[in-house]
Amino acid sequence: MSAVTTPGTGALGPGAVDAGRTRRRGRRRNLTLISGLVLFGLIVLCALCAPLLTGQDPIKQNLPQAFLTPGSPGHPLGTDAFGRDVFARLLYGARVDLRVGVLAVVSPFIIGTIIGLVAGWFGGWVDTVIGRIVDIVVAFPFLVLVIALVFAMGSGTLSIYVAITLVGWVAYCRIVRGQVLVAREQEYALAAKASGLPTWRILLRHLLPNVILQAFVYSMSDIVLTLLAIVTLGFLGLGVPPPTPDWGTMIQEGQQFILTKWYMSTIPGLAIVVTGLALALIADGIVDKANK
Amino acid sequence: MRYLIYILKRLIALIPVLFGISLVVFFLVRLIPGDPATTLLGVHANAQSIAALREQMGLDKSLVSQYLTFLGHLLQGDLGYSYVYSSSVLGLITTSLPPTIWLLVSGTLFTLVIAVPLAVIAAARRNGVLDNIIRAVPVVGLGLPSFWLGIMLILLFGLKLGWFPVGGYGTTFAAHIRGMVLPGITIAFILVPILIRSLRASMIDVLNSDYIVTANSKGISTARVVFGHALRNAATSSVHVLGVNLAYLVGTTLVVERVFSLPGIGEQMINSILGRDFPTVQGITLTFAIMVVIVNLLTDLTQAVLDPRVRLS
Repeated sequence: MSAVTTPGTGALGPGAVDAGRTRRRGRRRNLTLISGLVLFGLIVLCALCAPLLTGQDPIKQNLPQAFLTPGSPGHPLGTDAFGRDVFARLLYGARVDLRVGVLAVVSPFIIGTIIGLVAGWFGGWVDTVIGRIVDIVVAFPFLVLVIALVFAMGSGTLSIYVAITLVGWVAYCRIVRGQVLVAREQEYALAAKASGLPTWRILLRHLLPNVILQAFVYSMSDIVLTLLAIVTLGFLGLGVPPPTPDWGTMIQEGQQFILTKWYMSTIPGLAIVVTGLALALIADGIVDKANK
Repeated sequence: MRYLIYILKRLIALIPVLFGISLVVFFLVRLIPGDPATTLLGVHANAQSIAALREQMGLDKSLVSQYLTFLGHLLQGDLGYSYVYSSSVLGLITTSLPPTIWLLVSGTLFTLVIAVPLAVIAAARRNGVLDNIIRAVPVVGLGLPSFWLGIMLILLFGLKLGWFPVGGYGTTFAAHIRGMVLPGITIAFILVPILIRSLRASMIDVLNSDYIVTANSKGISTARVVFGHALRNAATSSVHVLGVNLAYLVGTTLVVERVFSLPGIGEQMINSILGRDFPTVQGITLTFAIMVVIVNLLTDLTQAVLDPRVRLS
């Protein structure tokens, strides 16, 4: 590490030092991927095993038991303003937010990839038309368009899926299109074309496996962004309708009591940060594996 | 002259995008399930008021003529009337725009002040301890919900330490500045990770190039090489990254304004949504898109100033 301390020496003498460093980096990055996977696995496990980890009902109100502090008997993280168990809401909230977050990435991924394949392969007016549509969608801030669409279609999980799909596909389309533009000039693609294979077969069997990786890498950070969008909708009161537990709604409910009960907003926020961290580590690890 | 031609070209390229934006905003109202007039007025509305609204919205005409009317009004700056406030939508937007612009500017400034030094240090001390710490910032920052960060900042610096107001925007210039510190930092936290990543990478590239080696071997001080020679060249690609993400950030102002109770257009949008005030939601969505278009344009123009190759090609 100390071999490079000033930009001067760094610029002059990479050479031999770099080989060792790359190996070391490779191993460290694998660690990144593994720690991300372990962390995310644990979170998913907690969400799946929610009924085993807590006997409490996340929705049942119990007003005399409201505002219990963390550490109260039977309520390890306390209770909220309606006397609902915070630990149970946190676990069941993970189920809701993770499910919506991951599922909401699937359809933009598929749709964007297909449109990107088509745009990149056919080029010409097809590409121009798709490019224009992409330009228009990205002219709207992601969150604003999602919120406006959810508003127009009426709140609910289905609206969230549809809104995120309508806005989210463009990122995949751009990534895949760029990759196809490069791939279609390569010999395997030219050979596939020359051998007279049907276009769908060339696209799905020959090009797709070669261009999907970048889209997949992006989808990891996209899950984080989507998760953030969902909890933000919850925070704004436009997300998964109550009383379904959702981390964003929990933060919003806690905000009113922030001065006396700081933990009410802090705990679900930390859950989001840790989940985001796990996914970011996975994304980083995959990027590095892919670049090797 | 070349620069002027470049500006003109960029402006012409915007026309189809603006046209498309107007189409999206127009169709937003058609997404409302069922009859928009009935949905908007609620189940208790009587037949007359529904019919009146249908006529006002032009729902009895063909889709094409509805759009042309909408576009015609739009070009005259007429965004319709708010159902909730007795004001034109344009009036509502212009009164609530200043806090949003304040927020964007202060967010961008905080981003630059925080990210540029960190990225430069990380690149200059590549693989050092500081570099490794700085490189961890983006990984943690990616999943940080800005509204939660805002609440935490309010709790710590507003309520516990009392350094900054917990919300609002004040009425005087000095109050604006004080009120913008915490929201600005909140916004900056979204951009800082992204900017650090891109600026660090391009700084490393630049620091390895021949002219930096030459500058070093001439005996120029490291600080001058890094800030005087390398940063400007590294900045060109980061300006683009910053611009693209500023567009994303324009949307985040919406939640940050909510957290800090700033009376900006984002806060106005949420209130209008909760009040089912459709023309206002439509108008604000349009305004947000136009803001993104303007940010993108400014990014391109800045890049062309920094890098002559952009405007020559």
